[in-house]
Amino acid sequence: MKRREGARRAIALLAFALVALVAWPAHAHKPSDSYLTLVAVGSRIDVRWDIALRDLDNVMALDRDANGTITWGELRARRDDVTALARERLTVRSGDDACPLNATRLEVADHSDGAYAVLRFDAVCPSEPRALDVDYELFFDVDPQHHGIARIDDGAGTRTAIFTFADRRQRFERSTLGRAHQLGAAIRLGIGHIFSGIDHLLFLIALLLPSVLVRKGDRRGWEPVGRWRPALMDVLKIVTAFTVAHSITLSLSALGVLRLPSRFVESGIAASVVLAAINNVVPILEEDRWTAAFALGLLHGFGFSATLMDLGLPRQNLVVTLFGFNVGVELGQMCVVAVFLPLAYLVRRTVAYRRVALLGGSVAIAGVATVWLIERAFALKVF
Amino acid sequence: MKRSYVVFGATGALIVVGAIFFRPPASADVPRLPADDAEILERLPMRSSDPRERERLRLHDALVAHPDDLGTALTLARLDIQLSRARSDPRYLGYAQAALGAWWELPSAPSDVLVLRATIRQSSHDFDGALADLDRVLAIDPDDAQAWITRSVVLAVRGRYEEAKASCQPLARLAPELVFTVCETSIDAVSGSAGPAYDRLSMSIRRSRRVSANEDADEREWASSTLGEIALRRGRDDDAESAFSAALAIDPDDAYVLAAYADLLIDRGRPAEAMKLVAGRTDNDGLLLRLALAEAKAHAPAAATHSEMLGARFEASHLRGDTVHRREEARFELELKGDARAALALARANWDVQREPWDVRVLLASAVAAGEPGTAAPALAFLDEHHLEDPRIRALAARLRGGAP
Repeated sequence: MKRREGARRAIALLAFALVALVAWPAHAHKPSDSYLTLVAVGSRIDVRWDIALRDLDNVMALDRDANGTITWGELRARRDDVTALARERLTVRSGDDACPLNATRLEVADHSDGAYAVLRFDAVCPSEPRALDVDYELFFDVDPQHHGIARIDDGAGTRTAIFTFADRRQRFERSTLGRAHQLGAAIRLGIGHIFSGIDHLLFLIALLLPSVLVRKGDRRGWEPVGRWRPALMDVLKIVTAFTVAHSITLSLSALGVLRLPSRFVESGIAASVVLAAINNVVPILEEDRWTAAFALGLLHGFGFSATLMDLGLPRQNLVVTLFGFNVGVELGQMCVVAVFLPLAYLVRRTVAYRRVALLGGSVAIAGVATVWLIERAFALKVF
Repeated sequence: MKRSYVVFGATGALIVVGAIFFRPPASADVPRLPADDAEILERLPMRSSDPRERERLRLHDALVAHPDDLGTALTLARLDIQLSRARSDPRYLGYAQAALGAWWELPSAPSDVLVLRATIRQSSHDFDGALADLDRVLAIDPDDAQAWITRSVVLAVRGRYEEAKASCQPLARLAPELVFTVCETSIDAVSGSAGPAYDRLSMSIRRSRRVSANEDADEREWASSTLGEIALRRGRDDDAESAFSAALAIDPDDAYVLAAYADLLIDRGRPAEAMKLVAGRTDNDGLLLRLALAEAKAHAPAAATHSEMLGARFEASHLRGDTVHRREEARFELELKGDARAALALARANWDVQREPWDVRVLLASAVAAGEPGTAAPALAFLDEHHLEDPRIRALAARLRGGAP
């Protein structure tokens, strides 16, 4: 009897939770903030300014019918007023020259504490600014605790700043480094990712281990390759296939065309390592391992993209960054190959290489990757 | 060759299936263009038909017409501070500051302005600034009861109990008996005399109820919630529950009492009741924390959503450089994310600012979870110095000292 009552109460609570989720999210009740993003490209500055509807309502009564809600229609009707207010409260200058703001779009966005108007401006400076002077005056007269949280991006780097009642004017020196710097940074990031991401490294090694051997005619064992050329060609095919494949999915994912949930991707990557390692022990895939490298590289590309996305890259430089990152990953792989291949080639005739390195190594890699697979797929910690 | 095709096909199929079924949640702040004019974007906390909002607007217009009218400015600022509490909305604190704008920075601001400035500063955890303001008020007017109360509360939050209690003393002649008693017993309860404090305050509450059944509801609500907290120090959970219920009977929306009561219900292993208590109050970060904690304990489906929501709130407050939620954030890291190290760092930083029982508790609990008893040493010393009785806190301290549970 008691248990049934408990169950009924649980159902009642569940119903409530569902309704609460369907219903409009309530206010977070944090102090007032606006979010200002300035992206400088040449002499042009893309401005995105997110201003809370509540704050706008406080100064200009957006809620025209006074029913306690702000509709898109009510906001749209006051578009010119909102834009004018924002333009009055934000000044962007390059030296002595003003960079006038031209409103381009009005949209909305949901932040953690409610809906914001998203104002877009195009600011055009007379010349490419060496430093930007930003003067922020929004809402301080009605709410001295208001903050303007700004992000300034000039292609070479991103800086953040907070405008407050006491600190309304700030100067941002433009970084002198341009695209070359950004490309360099992306390449370094790509190289670094190969060496810091142990799963990609193990995958690569699992694929490379048999490269100095060929399967015997009966497919039950391995024998060393006679010359270095076929081994090198084999490796180049594998590494390049992998790079081409992950470049494709990384680009698709970073450009927002196709995205996969990280748990799915990370589990898939772990599974691919297991597969590549087991294949060295029991042949599952055919001789041309480059096709497998290509297929699994597609999956790994999504994993790379998560790394890149974490950096919050500016959109207009994405192509440079993507290219640099892919080049970096390829270079990183080549480093691994350059160390691995000569060594493996030298010891390829030994029994130890086949028994310990290939069999033992593959089994170990498969084991480690299986643990990852379980951890990632079921979101639990084994070790 | 055939098997390669299988691998190809399988991987491709997985990607396609994944893309179809696991579309990532749209990032929260991605701009969109609503299709329908009637789409409701935002609900305002206060309708303009609300009498208090009308009063606000009237005062605001009056102040615009006469910007140097101190009386209007004070009335408006007081109303804003009240609203910030009633709606647990810090924006009103900013509005209050704006109302006092003309006097805010004056070197010789009037004492009424200083008291309100101290209240606003204390709300953003500028405790030293608040105390400086209050001391200046009391130097001018030693009979300002409000200043003595606020001063006592701020000192108690800082863990300076002797000074806090001394600050109650003038209330014996300046304030109603109940206010004086709440002030003193709230300090006694955390400095080794929870038992006598409980008896004294319950008697005082009974007396005041006899004298004025319906008046001074705010004071009696404050008294009841304090009584509940005193009961917690004594380990009398049932008494605490009835005191919190009595406080909520007077003001069912008081976020402070709701949080304390929800914590107790979670501690007592009744998360479903805690969920019920704070359901629908996701507007308040503190209550959202309790909701997520209770849901996690009850394995409720909404736990993950609410925990994520809370994470986004902390993220936003980091962006603006706020540190007022470190106690709550430490509990979020410890009890929801399971990151004892992050929790310990937050709890330790919080300790330098506030020293209420929950600040002690979250520091001890994080140190236990992180296996770093040394970091909690200041809290252990504080416990010894002031004889805080709370059995849940004592149990944590014993674990830290004994090394083993």
